Amino acid sequence: MAEAIRLTYEISPDDFTRAGEASSDVKKKLKSLGVPPEAVRKVSIAMYEGEINMVIHAKGGLITVEISPDQILMILADKGPGIPDIDQAMQAGWSTAPNEIRSLGFGAGMGLPNMKKYTDEMTIDTVIGKGTTITMIVKI
Amino acid sequence: MTVRDAMEILNAKVLVGEDNLDQEVKSACGSDLMSDVLAFSKDHSILLTGLCNPQVIRTAEMLDIVCLIFVRGKMPDDTILEMAKERGLVVLWTEHRMFSSCGRLYQAGLGAGAFGGAF
Repeated sequence: MAEAIRLTYEISPDDFTRAGEASSDVKKKLKSLGVPPEAVRKVSIAMYEGEINMVIHAKGGLITVEISPDQILMILADKGPGIPDIDQAMQAGWSTAPNEIRSLGFGAGMGLPNMKKYTDEMTIDTVIGKGTTITMIVKI
Repeated sequence: MTVRDAMEILNAKVLVGEDNLDQEVKSACGSDLMSDVLAFSKDHSILLTGLCNPQVIRTAEMLDIVCLIFVRGKMPDDTILEMAKERGLVVLWTEHRMFSSCGRLYQAGLGAGAFGGAF
């Protein structure tokens, strides 16, 4: 794998059943490329949480994944409502997810903290009313 | 223990993966909250849950879980079972509740495993 591999996924809104398909595909690709299992695991969990968030909060969006020999870069861009208070959103247990999402096993307020925990770098760029872009890096 | 042992301990039925019952399993976690499973699970081979939707399968997939056990008699639909089959998961079904299912497995020597680390 000399050059970076770039993958893009359009995440469809309000389709909770399909949420996670992109992460599942990335996981398979990473495995087949021989990326070490610990890195595969971190990317899978972080991206899956992010993908779920995009479906729950942001009416979908676009995920770009760049696989390089030394790192995996994930960019999750949505045109959702934005995050008013990032510190609050980063607190374990804080969630604005509606009840129907909670009944599906999510909305525990662990999404963003999980994403930070499983990545080596994470930045959140958010503009109220315009959208949020989350950039995450997992080092190999 | 093996998946087959867990199945016998819980009087469980196999819904998917009849040919994969002799896999070794070392630890388990039980939760209906997939976010918490993703947060705290590390190297678990069994997930016990009462939640019945496709995200249970995806969570198991992301965490390399080998066996899913639906507790409290919760019966997953065909879509969920088909997804499990595609991913090579074993799916068991038991009428025992979460607490007693976990208790029986723990008593039989199945561990809680390593924690994913505190936040």
